[in-house]
Amino acid sequence: MTLTEAPAPPAPAAPPPAARPRRRGRFTPYWLLLPGILWLLVFFALPMVYQASTSVQTGSLEEGYEVTWHVAAYWDALSGYWPQFLRSVAYAAAATTLCLLLGYPLAYLIAFRAGRWRNLIMILVIAPFFTSFLIRTLAWKTILADGGPVVGALNALHVLDVTGWLGWTAGDRVLATPLAVVCGLTYNFLPFMILPLYSSLERIDGRLHEAAGDLYARPVTTFRKVTFPLSMPGVVSGTLLTFIPATGDYVNADLLGSADTRMVGNVIQTQFLRVLDYPTAAALSFVLMAAILVMVTFYIRKSGTEDLV
Amino acid sequence: MAFVNWLKRNLVVIAGLLTLGYLLLPNVVVTVFSFNKPNGRFNYTWQRFSTDAWKDPCGVAGMCDSLALSLQIALWATLGATALGTMIAFALVRYRFRARGAVNSLIFLPMAMPEVVMAASLLTLFLNMGARLGFWTVLIAHIMFCLSFVVIAVKARVMSMDPRLEQAAQDLYAGPFQTFVRVTLPIAAPGIAAGALLAFALSFDDFIITNFNAGSTVTFPMFVWGSAQRGTPVQINVIGTAMFVVAVLFVLVSMAVGNRRKRRVA
Repeated sequence: MTLTEAPAPPAPAAPPPAARPRRRGRFTPYWLLLPGILWLLVFFALPMVYQASTSVQTGSLEEGYEVTWHVAAYWDALSGYWPQFLRSVAYAAAATTLCLLLGYPLAYLIAFRAGRWRNLIMILVIAPFFTSFLIRTLAWKTILADGGPVVGALNALHVLDVTGWLGWTAGDRVLATPLAVVCGLTYNFLPFMILPLYSSLERIDGRLHEAAGDLYARPVTTFRKVTFPLSMPGVVSGTLLTFIPATGDYVNADLLGSADTRMVGNVIQTQFLRVLDYPTAAALSFVLMAAILVMVTFYIRKSGTEDLV
Repeated sequence: MAFVNWLKRNLVVIAGLLTLGYLLLPNVVVTVFSFNKPNGRFNYTWQRFSTDAWKDPCGVAGMCDSLALSLQIALWATLGATALGTMIAFALVRYRFRARGAVNSLIFLPMAMPEVVMAASLLTLFLNMGARLGFWTVLIAHIMFCLSFVVIAVKARVMSMDPRLEQAAQDLYAGPFQTFVRVTLPIAAPGIAAGALLAFALSFDDFIITNFNAGSTVTFPMFVWGSAQRGTPVQINVIGTAMFVVAVLFVLVSMAVGNRRKRRVA
């Protein structure tokens, strides 16, 4: 139904080009692309330009803004909010690592060991998505509540002493500490790690495992030399899908954290929606975007999977 | 010793199931607390069992309105993103054209951008244009960020399609339009449906981009966010639980139907 509006239906595939005359359809691809690409240009690319220009403007809400090529906003943004920047990267890195450590066994389980339970486990991984993530994040307030069973258990096992010494928790509390924020981030983005991991593990030919066993590799060696290297595409896209949204997130830091766990997303949100200091907010957001693009490019180069994008 | 060996063999299974538990624990809490009767404004500590909230799910001012608005926006955003995305996907798979690389990166970039950056930059655009924030700005934003996901889903399906099926249809004197409607579209349908479902879920649950561009319009996630500050009514948990149950039932039923159909064909 959606496609019948297309100016001309697409002619069959290009592969055997000699087979039919190509009169029709010279402009078809451009007509097909036009509306969607225009949408992305106007509402995704153009806003980036506006944001870049806002970040070098000066003025106030009352008098209006003017482009003055004042780069002071960048200086203010970086000198005033570098702790939030560092914190965002650190929390996101911690959450991504935890997602990988927690997600890998589950993805492995679904791919190789679940048998007839595979579909059910898959459904259970995806189904929580249908409950609004804000409601589920609020549930962590109950789970990690002061004096609750989780905090009690961690206290009894002296885990809180260790995390307190590391600065991850404070006193007898888990809520309103970095640990709670990282826990929430890990929880929220875990499925984005599991699904790509699963799809790359699932493609591995089971006979490779048998072959490794036949060549006297122990299970650990098989994993290290066969399974894990073959799952690298999943690891790379999973870490990207976790790290990028986690860096920009402000929901977890706001709901589960405190003033000491504010991330760069919180600052951007406050500056934009409450303080209305648009130049600083735009500069912050621009720096975040640039930082992420640089990190992602570097990471993709390093892990050698350019064909990913 | 036998136990240690068993443990060694099943370590992955145990770790995996623990992770599954971690993923499901909040849903369990949401469900249990939908039967709570809290003393104060916040529904964070267990007091006593009650089915009050389930008997009156819309008893909170504004909540069901926000739910209806979210459904409406998600529906329109799904239609828009699916139409635009499917067209792009067909163009990418079926045709050669200039600037393919640029088009590919324009589709990839929104997915590689933190939501808060897209949200903030879109807001600067709307402010500069003097647009009034509300239903339309939210809808525009949702179509924008759902689009790429639809393209990816449809592209995967169209790519795995055998072009000879369409050639066969044309050899049997089907015109281009007939070929498209009776052969191409039915084969691409699962991909389009997957893309549409994804778009619906993304739009319905979006908070960050909506928060920046909604003005005073309140979608369901915005309502939940606001209630986290003002006091969380039990009804939020009722809605959360109901959505979870409906989703699981929907998947189970569609799987059962699919299985039966497969068996009949075989």
